[in-house]
Amino acid sequence: MLQLSPEEIAETLTMITQQHFDIRTVTLSLSLTGCAADSVDGVAERVYERVVRAAENLVPTCERLAREFGVPIVNTRVAVTPVAEIAPAGAGDLAPIAHALERAAQAIGIDFIGGFSALVHKGVGAADRALIASLPEALSTTERVCASVSVASTRAGINMDAVLMVAEAVRATAEATADRDGVGCAKLVAFCNMVEDNPFMAGAVHGAGEPDACVNVGISGPGVVRAVVRSLPEDADLTEVAEAIKATAFKITRAGELIAREAAARLGVAMGIVDLSLAPTPAEGDSVAEIIEAIGVARCGGPGTTTALALLNDAVKKGGAMGTSSIGGLSGAFIPVSEDAAMSRAAASGALTLEKLEAMTAVCSVGLDMIAIPGDTPVETVAAIISDACAIGVINGKTTAARIIPVPGKSPGDTAVFGGLLGSAPVMSVNEWAGTTLVRRGGRVPAPLASLRN
Amino acid sequence: MKTRAILSVLGEDRVGIVAAVSGALAECGVNIEDIRQTIISGVFSMTMLVTVDEDACAFDRVQARLAEVANDLGLQITLQREDVFRLMHRI
Repeated sequence: MLQLSPEEIAETLTMITQQHFDIRTVTLSLSLTGCAADSVDGVAERVYERVVRAAENLVPTCERLAREFGVPIVNTRVAVTPVAEIAPAGAGDLAPIAHALERAAQAIGIDFIGGFSALVHKGVGAADRALIASLPEALSTTERVCASVSVASTRAGINMDAVLMVAEAVRATAEATADRDGVGCAKLVAFCNMVEDNPFMAGAVHGAGEPDACVNVGISGPGVVRAVVRSLPEDADLTEVAEAIKATAFKITRAGELIAREAAARLGVAMGIVDLSLAPTPAEGDSVAEIIEAIGVARCGGPGTTTALALLNDAVKKGGAMGTSSIGGLSGAFIPVSEDAAMSRAAASGALTLEKLEAMTAVCSVGLDMIAIPGDTPVETVAAIISDACAIGVINGKTTAARIIPVPGKSPGDTAVFGGLLGSAPVMSVNEWAGTTLVRRGGRVPAPLASLRN
Repeated sequence: MKTRAILSVLGEDRVGIVAAVSGALAECGVNIEDIRQTIISGVFSMTMLVTVDEDACAFDRVQARLAEVANDLGLQITLQREDVFRLMHRI
């Protein structure tokens, strides 16, 4: 017997056809621990074989799932063990491993593969150093490879030497992709409190505590939530707004849980996590900024923005927590400027500034994301921006990140165009009074007292 | 393998919609478990709970056959596994 009302069925169909309801990403997370070899070329060959063999059915399986369940799956991706962890000792240039990942991604038909990464929040090893030095070459000669570097954690503090190295890599990567507005930097993220099971790019890696392979899923984006908030009467109070978001988050999380379970079963791997992050796209209406505006802020970035974002982020978690017992990844709203059309507009109009984005970082994931800054911003200033984002994460015991693009040859008022899902963004002005001496001191900002919890 | 699915039909009311849809389902060996149907301001709306016997006819083949009916009669027809609706609307 039909135990669902026609209204409930119609609601789901409307969500899919009119409100961007989808599964944002199905990410196959793969361990590369069997791929170590004596030479970089040897590692590259094994990595290619491992990814192509393990993920050959990923795309067709997701296409079948999307058809059967009638829910679009927007992205299928692969995350791998941080490459620095399997690089041979004394290796020089690690770019050949990035090229192997690129070829593998191309062979299996995915748009991004994450894990050209190093974890250096407490100290920088020889392989880590080689990987960070390889970033400009790796990111400028590949399209699909995503890189990340963990530079801080609540347990270790902030490794300022690593922050400065990443800032130098960011500048060099921007220069190496100068003809495309520094797009290489869109695939490079610096993390504080990096997670091991994030399905979203550019920061997805396969963590050391994960099984050989698992499926991690990112839930639907902001379009559905925006539609629900907009449908509320203007005099609905904030508890009612939170309640409506919660109910919607439950529904979209359940769909994510179902897809994660089915995809894992069909691929013959473990089900990992469901990530409750609302991830915007440049598509009109699929915007976190528009949710903030629908809640009642004149333009994203204006006073009240942090409050609205905090309410949104918390309500999504509360609804999602009822929808799955496997919450993981970043699970917090994303605020990438170039990837969110309304956020980009808010930045262009001056309503949204770098400083406001930093405040917003404190109440959501994932920090200063996809921010275009002037191409001549000094390395020390880039480092100081990254370390400020890290400080918020370290002290508050949360993940923060920085994905900053110094756009070569462009200044505030210009627009950087990255294309596709990466969108476009106005070049934001940067405060000139940076902590140059602070970052040049180097060393480590000690872990906070809050980390001593045992 | 038997898969429970929700079939949803939406479009302008005309003679033969139920016949065409149920005929296509019968051809594919799909069993109809329940039907709800109504007309709202001339718009025909039908929701069915069906069981697809995937050993007799694969899910995507049933979808392809229904797409033909949708095309012939100018309707919107979707066939989706029931789990997605049940999980979204029930705790």
